[in-house]
Amino acid sequence: MKIHEYQGKQLFAKAGVATPKGIVARTPDEAAAAFTQLGGPIAVVKSQIHAGGRGKGRFKEHPDQPGVKVVKSAEETRDHAKRMLGNTLVTIQTGPEGKQVNTIYVEGGLNIARELYLAVIVDREAGSPVVIMSSEGGVEIEEVAKHSPEKILKEPFHAGYGLQPYQARRLAYQLGLTGPAVASAQSFLPKFCKFFVENDCSMAEVNPLVITAEGELVALDAKVTFDDNAMFRHKDLAELRDLSEEDESEVRAGNTGLSYVKLDGNIGCLVNGAGLAMSTMDLIKLHGGEPANFLDVGGGANVAQVTEAFSIILADKNVKAVLVNIFGGIMKCDTIVTALLSAYDTVGFTVPLVVRLEGTNVEIARKMLADSGRKIIAATDLTDAAQKVVATLKA
Amino acid sequence: MSILVDKNTRVICQGITGKTGLFHSQQCRAYGTPFFGGVTPGKGGTEVDGFPVFDSVDEAVRKTGANCSLIFVPPGGCGDAILEAAAAGITLIVAITEGVPVLDMVRTADVLASKFPKSRLIGPNCPGIITPGIAKIGIMPGYIHKPGPVGLVSKSGTLTYEAAWQLGNVGLGQSTAIGIGGDPIIGTNFIDALTLFEADPQTEAMLMIGEIGGNAEIKAAEFIKASIKKPVAAFIAGQTAPPGKRMGHAGAIISGGSGTAEEKIAALEAAGVVVSRSPADMGKALVEAIARKK
Repeated sequence: MKIHEYQGKQLFAKAGVATPKGIVARTPDEAAAAFTQLGGPIAVVKSQIHAGGRGKGRFKEHPDQPGVKVVKSAEETRDHAKRMLGNTLVTIQTGPEGKQVNTIYVEGGLNIARELYLAVIVDREAGSPVVIMSSEGGVEIEEVAKHSPEKILKEPFHAGYGLQPYQARRLAYQLGLTGPAVASAQSFLPKFCKFFVENDCSMAEVNPLVITAEGELVALDAKVTFDDNAMFRHKDLAELRDLSEEDESEVRAGNTGLSYVKLDGNIGCLVNGAGLAMSTMDLIKLHGGEPANFLDVGGGANVAQVTEAFSIILADKNVKAVLVNIFGGIMKCDTIVTALLSAYDTVGFTVPLVVRLEGTNVEIARKMLADSGRKIIAATDLTDAAQKVVATLKA
Repeated sequence: MSILVDKNTRVICQGITGKTGLFHSQQCRAYGTPFFGGVTPGKGGTEVDGFPVFDSVDEAVRKTGANCSLIFVPPGGCGDAILEAAAAGITLIVAITEGVPVLDMVRTADVLASKFPKSRLIGPNCPGIITPGIAKIGIMPGYIHKPGPVGLVSKSGTLTYEAAWQLGNVGLGQSTAIGIGGDPIIGTNFIDALTLFEADPQTEAMLMIGEIGGNAEIKAAEFIKASIKKPVAAFIAGQTAPPGKRMGHAGAIISGGSGTAEEKIAALEAAGVVVSRSPADMGKALVEAIARKK
């Protein structure tokens, strides 16, 4: 689960991680008042969306307006806020459709001496959380990894004991920090790592992490993602979720216990199991089609879930055909067909439906399909299924 | 022969009084797995469908001689259940539970490695392990797995069934099939499974099924190149998956441009592995891998 920058910074502040002073605004007047309250002489107006690249991003409605702007007066703050709020910001991470800005964050200026990069993630290979830092602040870390990988520092730490002060100092010296900045890093970094662990983050990124002229480390950005699997024990964090930032059909699927990801193609698919669902997309592509989605109905698919799955798939106007691929294990094929037929009738299919079944009770299930009287195309195996569903688009 | 599971395996289930735990314990017993009961704290001394229930794994081990535990407890208690099993001396721990917080697994794996090196964990978020004809410890449909010479290791559940079924179509059964799970932090990984299969006399070839996310398949490719003599075929799911989106499994995500199917396929091919591009050709790929080594 992702949260907004301002929410991340509020959580940082609670954890003792230094951030600039900032105020949330939802109207141009609130933004202007925020500038006055912060006291100037400069401030930064920042669009709040769940995507990076905001500084270079531009608004659809105002092609000259950047998503982040330095301002020098309350009036100027109000003007920029007017052009941001309610409008659509397009960045390299939002895709061409962009994202609507509903909230802005007005932040006080800092006397910046240096910009660094900081992130904590869980390193699968090391089996532990790891601090990633680089002297190249404000630059995409992927770019740094590509062009100067030697500038990326990694410091794994123990999830139980946290980042030790000597580890923070090691990072500081490697980054060439001196004087008060080393002391600041020794305080800042362990607190940041503690924040990561205590809140079950899957990623916490600060880009840039600035060192002020006074030698203090301050988080100028906050990109925080939580582990969805751990949200059951963080009810307070779960409340920070902004549904308007998420794909409507993906939210709907999640509420029904389905795993769904929308894609750009025109062949919808309904599959049991994540691995098989991914493979089904691959199979469609191999045979010249384009998958419209990833959809895993899980191991215990019932009538309600299959019905919801079909209606989510068909709500996508691009979908011109649907492929169902089920390998019945403990969940028997005939049980799945019963659910399929019921859902088929409820949803009202208008596009071709190809069904491939294999596994437990497949013979009974195939006969049920054949005798059902519905216009369902039966496939004998995976390849046959892919060929048939792609062929329906050409017919 | 087989790996990890044989006639001496004695199984209990942690979470046996839950609906799913009981159902799959019954299925395993019906398959012929030596199954001796289960554990649910607070329900010790009772019985469910002929299975004795114990309060702790320690008690279950003392009273049944169990050496393997199948875990179905809810996600929040899974790490604790794994460590309880290890502390009681269980040597093979199979965690089926899906949705375990990643940092729980970080802590659990750390304690397992440092305090209980003799306990092997499979999973979590996996279908389990089966040695066809001998014992099934998991949720896979037993009948699709026939005894034979192929060592099967996979991150995915239904894709494993698909593979086992395709292997059956080309007349190949399995020595053992292991689902290692699709989470970022897991117990047994590809390299562990490949090492065991390489040493197992019954296993003549291996089929490895991976997916996008992380670099376990790339590490496995390096390992295969250096240390595996037996033929290996592979399939990588997610060639069409978009970056930055989690594809069902917690670990199946392309992040920062790495963990793609393409780079994994290239690494495996460079290691001499026959990689099937289509999920329909996994069985065929293995036949080709065997033919190439002859």
